Amino acid sequence: MSDPQKNIDPAAVRSALWARLEGARGRDYWRSLDELAATPEFQDLLEREFPRQAVGWSEDEDPVAGRRNFLKLMGASLALAGMTACTRQPDEHIMPYVRQPENLVPGRPLFFATATTLNGFANGVLVESHEGRPTKIEGNPGHPASLGAADAMSQAAVLQLYDPDRSQALAFNGEIRSWGVFTGALRDTLAQQKAKNGAGIRILTETVTSPTIASQLRTIQQSFPASKWHQWEPAGPHSARAAAQQSFGQPLNTYYDFTEANVVVSLDSDFLNSGHASLRYARQFARRRRMAEHHDTMNRLYVVEPMPTPTGTKADHRLPLRASDVEEFAWALAISLGLAEGPKTGENNDIYKWLGPIARDLQNNKGAGVVVAGEHQPPIVHSIAALMNEKLGNVGKTVFYTDPVEANPVDQLASLQDLVKDLDAGAVELLIILGGNPVFNAPVELGLGSRLKKAKLRVRLGLYDDETSAACQWQVPETHFLETWGDARAFDGTVTIQQPLIQPLYGGRSALQVLQSFTEQPEKSPYDIVKGYWSSQHTGSDFEAWWRKAVHDGLVAGSALPAKTAAVRGEALSARAGGKKLGGKLEVVFRPDPTIYDGRFANNGWLQEVPKPVTKLTWDNAVMLSPATAHRLGVQKGDMLKLTYEGRTLQAPVFIQPGHVNGSATLHLGYGRTHGGRAANGMGFNPFGLRTAKALWQDTGMDAEKVSGNHEFADTQNFHNLETPDRRHIIHKADLADFHKNAEAPHEGAETPPKGLTMYPEWKYEGHAWGMTIDLNSCTGCGACVVACQAENNIAVVGKDQVRRGRHMNWLRVDSYYQGDANDPAIYNQPVPCMQCENAPCELVCPVQATTHSSEGLNDMVYNRCVGTRYCSNNCPYKVRRFNFFLFSDFDTPSLKLARNPDVSVRSRGVMEKCTYCVQRINGAKIDAEKQDRPLHDGEIQTACQATCPSEAIVFGDINDKNSRVSKLKANERNYSLLADLNTRPRTTYLATLRNPNPEIEA
Amino acid sequence: MNPPIYGLMAEFDDPTALVKAARAAREKGFRKLDAYTPFPIEELSDALHLHKNKLPLLVLIGGIVGGTLGYMLQYFVTVIYYPINVGGRPLHSWPSYIIITFEMTILFAALTAVFGLLGLCGLPEPYHPTFNVPRFAMASRNRFFLCIESTDPLFEHDQTAAFLESLEPREVSEVAH
Amino acid sequence: MADELEVIESPSGNKIIAPDYTFGTVTDQIASVVLTKQTPIAVLGTFTVALGLLMTFMLAVGLLFGKGLGIWGLRGPTMWAWDITNFVWWVGIGHAGTLISAILLLLNQQWRNSINRFAEAMTIFAVACAGMFPILHLGRPWLMYWLFPYPNTMGIEPNFRSPLVWDVFAVSTYATVSVLFWFVGLIPDLATLRDRAQNPAFKVAYGILAMGWRGSARHWAVYETASLLLAGLATPLVLSVHTVVSFDFTVGIVPGWHSTFFPPYFVAGAIYSGFAMVLALAIPLRSLYGLKGLITDKHLDNAAKVMMATGLIVGYSYIMEAFAGWYSGNVYEEAAIWNRMTGPYAVQYWILITCNVVAPNALWFKKVRSSPIILFIWSLIVLLGMWLERFVIIVASLAQDNLPSSWRVFESTRWDWATYLGTIGLFLFLFMLFIRLLPMISIFEVRTLLPQAKVDKKESL
Repeated sequence: MSDPQKNIDPAAVRSALWARLEGARGRDYWRSLDELAATPEFQDLLEREFPRQAVGWSEDEDPVAGRRNFLKLMGASLALAGMTACTRQPDEHIMPYVRQPENLVPGRPLFFATATTLNGFANGVLVESHEGRPTKIEGNPGHPASLGAADAMSQAAVLQLYDPDRSQALAFNGEIRSWGVFTGALRDTLAQQKAKNGAGIRILTETVTSPTIASQLRTIQQSFPASKWHQWEPAGPHSARAAAQQSFGQPLNTYYDFTEANVVVSLDSDFLNSGHASLRYARQFARRRRMAEHHDTMNRLYVVEPMPTPTGTKADHRLPLRASDVEEFAWALAISLGLAEGPKTGENNDIYKWLGPIARDLQNNKGAGVVVAGEHQPPIVHSIAALMNEKLGNVGKTVFYTDPVEANPVDQLASLQDLVKDLDAGAVELLIILGGNPVFNAPVELGLGSRLKKAKLRVRLGLYDDETSAACQWQVPETHFLETWGDARAFDGTVTIQQPLIQPLYGGRSALQVLQSFTEQPEKSPYDIVKGYWSSQHTGSDFEAWWRKAVHDGLVAGSALPAKTAAVRGEALSARAGGKKLGGKLEVVFRPDPTIYDGRFANNGWLQEVPKPVTKLTWDNAVMLSPATAHRLGVQKGDMLKLTYEGRTLQAPVFIQPGHVNGSATLHLGYGRTHGGRAANGMGFNPFGLRTAKALWQDTGMDAEKVSGNHEFADTQNFHNLETPDRRHIIHKADLADFHKNAEAPHEGAETPPKGLTMYPEWKYEGHAWGMTIDLNSCTGCGACVVACQAENNIAVVGKDQVRRGRHMNWLRVDSYYQGDANDPAIYNQPVPCMQCENAPCELVCPVQATTHSSEGLNDMVYNRCVGTRYCSNNCPYKVRRFNFFLFSDFDTPSLKLARNPDVSVRSRGVMEKCTYCVQRINGAKIDAEKQDRPLHDGEIQTACQATCPSEAIVFGDINDKNSRVSKLKANERNYSLLADLNTRPRTTYLATLRNPNPEIEA
Repeated sequence: MNPPIYGLMAEFDDPTALVKAARAAREKGFRKLDAYTPFPIEELSDALHLHKNKLPLLVLIGGIVGGTLGYMLQYFVTVIYYPINVGGRPLHSWPSYIIITFEMTILFAALTAVFGLLGLCGLPEPYHPTFNVPRFAMASRNRFFLCIESTDPLFEHDQTAAFLESLEPREVSEVAH
Repeated sequence: MADELEVIESPSGNKIIAPDYTFGTVTDQIASVVLTKQTPIAVLGTFTVALGLLMTFMLAVGLLFGKGLGIWGLRGPTMWAWDITNFVWWVGIGHAGTLISAILLLLNQQWRNSINRFAEAMTIFAVACAGMFPILHLGRPWLMYWLFPYPNTMGIEPNFRSPLVWDVFAVSTYATVSVLFWFVGLIPDLATLRDRAQNPAFKVAYGILAMGWRGSARHWAVYETASLLLAGLATPLVLSVHTVVSFDFTVGIVPGWHSTFFPPYFVAGAIYSGFAMVLALAIPLRSLYGLKGLITDKHLDNAAKVMMATGLIVGYSYIMEAFAGWYSGNVYEEAAIWNRMTGPYAVQYWILITCNVVAPNALWFKKVRSSPIILFIWSLIVLLGMWLERFVIIVASLAQDNLPSSWRVFESTRWDWATYLGTIGLFLFLFMLFIRLLPMISIFEVRTLLPQAKVDKKESL
């Protein structure tokens, strides 16, 4: 930001600026305008033209910081100043999602199918587009990985698209350059390289599943035989890859099917919430716990893990184990299954206490069980799991193998180290880094930040001008996947052709284009590249029809890879390492962050502010410790620890997580960004600073000592242990066996006043009466619904300081409650939206009738009538109302305006807001039905949270219609109202959660 | 035709003397007379037969009007004009209406009392002849005045003056218009 | 001449007015405060401090309107905290005046005559301070007029079921009636000042305000009826106001709010703090202006007795509250009470218990009641205790209500302090202006206390 003191003559600057635009026309005009936007003069000018005071994200009592933030924000966002008016759809023909599958009813806007990718793996989505503005991402019901659900990260992609901090201009060492100069420079280097077969060319990518990019890379390999392609993905499935080689002697891709699985053993795998098919798994898993009929049965889940995960919270038996002990557990299980030789006991009794029962359970369910090895567990654990699945006859039933989905499944660590070797040797003349952020997330000892500089010409294609860009000369702004064409494969190989929904906001290029510049036709458009590739692959006739269908459906029919059979080789299990000793030190466990992953989403306000599953932490990571370990180290929540591992140290605050294993510390990656953007920088601390190639995921031997200082966490809920018995009856729960004996078991002791017990006459709700059920037995607490709600309802991001003050705005929250010993508690998740009480306490006390009841029983909130007495919130026993203490909604940043849902008003300062059951969707559907002169179908209206829920825990509908799903669920014995004894008559009710413990272990 | 002066005023030192004088004047048949004192004197009111006044009745009416208006306001708004479902409560939630009805009753009654007072006393009254008597200022400190007005049929300057003198006042003075 | 008046010292024994006062001396001494006397340094000092605090208030409110409610410590779930605490505290203080002037008038308590005037003034200023918070605490204060029923095109009117609307009616009625009552009481004294004032400007001003009052027997007759009627109306009103304020809580279903005995409990508390404020003002005033002969130790003694009586009722209410919480067997109520005593607000709770339950018992002793210094300190203790009482009821109950997942401890900000102290500044500012410009003691009513005001029956016949 340039010096505000320096006074400049606006008129002069303006004329100078316009002069630059001379001759620019049409799209070029806009391009030059956004190049222009980044120039300091223009920024100064703008600061002077909009000297408005705004409340910043920082300390509310500090107007100065507020103002400084505002200026930053303006500076960062003005690139769009000229552009807001012209979001147009691409020139090429893209396919609106007109033919809707049954039970999926979007509103009026158009929906387009495309795919988000994580670690290169595709997740099919439908993107809602209002007048050419992508505003909301839903799952694609037709896509095998999504089945209609979408995770938090996929949904937040919309905000990423409009992020004003995105890299906005092509720059050489920070100075803006024209594309001509860039391509010129590139051509020259390539020309030189041509001579030596491209010996100096290195291309560094993340994991690639895109067939098109793969073919491009192959072409480059042909024209530059000596060039090398490296891959690095910090949180990729490294061990699974290695394990496949080790156990099958060939690269293989493994995926599961939980529909038939009665017994599931997770070896530190969070399969319900992370991984390439977690949405699919969550749905399949939940369907086995639906309990529609009283005598239905449930699957049984055993989880061993160090840090509680959503999967852990669903476990019928959860065993906290240090990550490095999981291997011993796997061995021991194999031994008790008679698949290996070895001792049946060990020092750590925890490992052995349940083995017999678990083994018997698996044996009794041959072909109907799964052993899932954690992505972050060493290859041997995967091999053992593979062996068990094989011997238990699960392969082909619940476990499937296919050829690898990745274009080139190499050992990425080796690949990266190889690159480093070449860098040191000075052999790298042209280094092209496509996406990723290796400088930030490569193993620390590689010191990539400085080493990269050894490459002569360094070109970086990236969404952000980040840590890696800082180490490169050329920063090429990358187009967001919603802005360009592309393709990617899903967990089972299914191909999705990604289509753009909007013209690139900041210009930019896609990886396809950069790679294309190595070829004879460098200017070929992404559309032509992708379509060209597929037409070359297409065998049958009528490619156009095929293309249209593929793009329209969001997947290429029949592109899933065929299942293979493979046997685990004997020598795979030869090496057995003994359980590692702690020796008074701590175990360090690295895990990708549940919301911002490896840091790539660090600048995404939605993902920063959605409370992380289980911990409920926002805007931060921490040293996760068990209560016992914290006590041993003499630290409280928020105290600072000095961590020392392999001679490197890191200071980080302590967060005490009940259920975390003792003697171990979990560090979530992705925080501590320095060039991440406004929301990312300075948040949390950076565990990559301790992460070496030796231990990508876990290792013993970390020292921790308390140091001075205290850290304020912005967590949205404190640890709360339900009294036993839970006298408030917040979570109704029972064991499956007891439930089978007595349907009332879950509601033991809870009282619900009879309907007649009131002075008032009944209100009649003719026509529709909306209601909702939330199945606690299915909910994994992943938080996808929270982000869905935020995106759908234009909910503001308030920033860390405000969250710390309890002013977060999420309409829907997921509470977690604990029960039992703080070191090994049972954990319950409970999503809490507005209960839409029929006897709403909030309405009674509002002095201006800003919140009243609709004829369909909705507890309406009339924003423009609200004067902000906040009495309603005080009188709401569920505390689901959110208040705009400041002007939280961003009315300044043009790009963020594009992200808004036009059907929902953007709330201003001083107004109360709350969940409305997505009333805009209700009315949209009612209008459609009316236009077509037909009644509404059940399931036609889906609230945002419901539509996105991977485990289908949320069901919404008309309770006046006795045949609607929601009516049937409300008739289920497990149905109950939260705080029913207050007689508020909630329209949102819960289905009690059930555990299905192994009788042998319970005994 | 307007009499030359407003009346004659006698000044006394203490309430007892004044009351005595007032009684005497009434017995003498004077009706158009008034007394001026620094504080209210019970006995003076019976001496001058001033007990009846309409204020209580006015206040009662004011109260009734206020209460009725208060309840009507709420009834019409919630039942007739804007029948909105608030928290599942009946439209006509009479128990909730009691308070506002009560407050409106008090408010109207109180306003009637105050403006009734001013009305019955004819206040504000920018000019009054009694103030032409220099010593009358003491009426708001420690002196007690009896004034016989010239409009009284029995009023005759010299005799009335003599009569007043007979009451042994501190001093008798003419009250000019 | 008034200046030469030597201070007539308060009589030992319990007279409500010193002997050897005459109509003249009473009049001159009280009038002199306004008309001739030099304002004491102490008063000027207090005035300056008050002015400073008032400026702080302006700043705080400016920022509040500029940036939003977030500058206060409010947060989920404590959406009310200092704002409503201050409101209830001030309204409570605003009870003593009308109580003294109305109820004691009906009960024919003559000692009220010399303290009702400034007590009423105090009431009005306290209500003015209180009245600001319902506006300041709004998210969108510029729309506060939506709380009043008025013909509009929005197709909606206030919700007459909401206690906040009841508040609007109760407090505004109370303010109006108090002002009228006060002004009616002032009329004869304004006439006195009109006739005493030397400075022509003042003469004119008081003249206009006196509206030509001349102490006519006819007028006095109506005047007496009016005062009685107003007293009769104000009595139920003053009791209703804090009852309605307590409805803000009892109508809510928040554990710790939702109980039936709040109205008497709150009214008692209001009178308790009201009398504390009366003492806190009377004790310094009477010595500064040498009015010990008019505001005698008897007055202080009586006020102290009222304070103690109401204090005991308040103490009883605390016990009832705890008992009801336990006896209800309602898990939320039990938890709410338990949280108050042991939770994050235990400190405030036990301080308030000390101030409101333990402290008043000292007033059993004549020695304490007859020592102005101690009484002054005690009244401040009571004021503190009553503020804390409201704070604990509001914040402790909200911070930990039905669903533990939403529990969160409240933290105040510097702007909470600024706003609160600011209103104290405003209050003192107005009060200082009052004692300088209007007779702080009702002259004509004090005259009636003098023996020579009695009419000798036989003599007069």
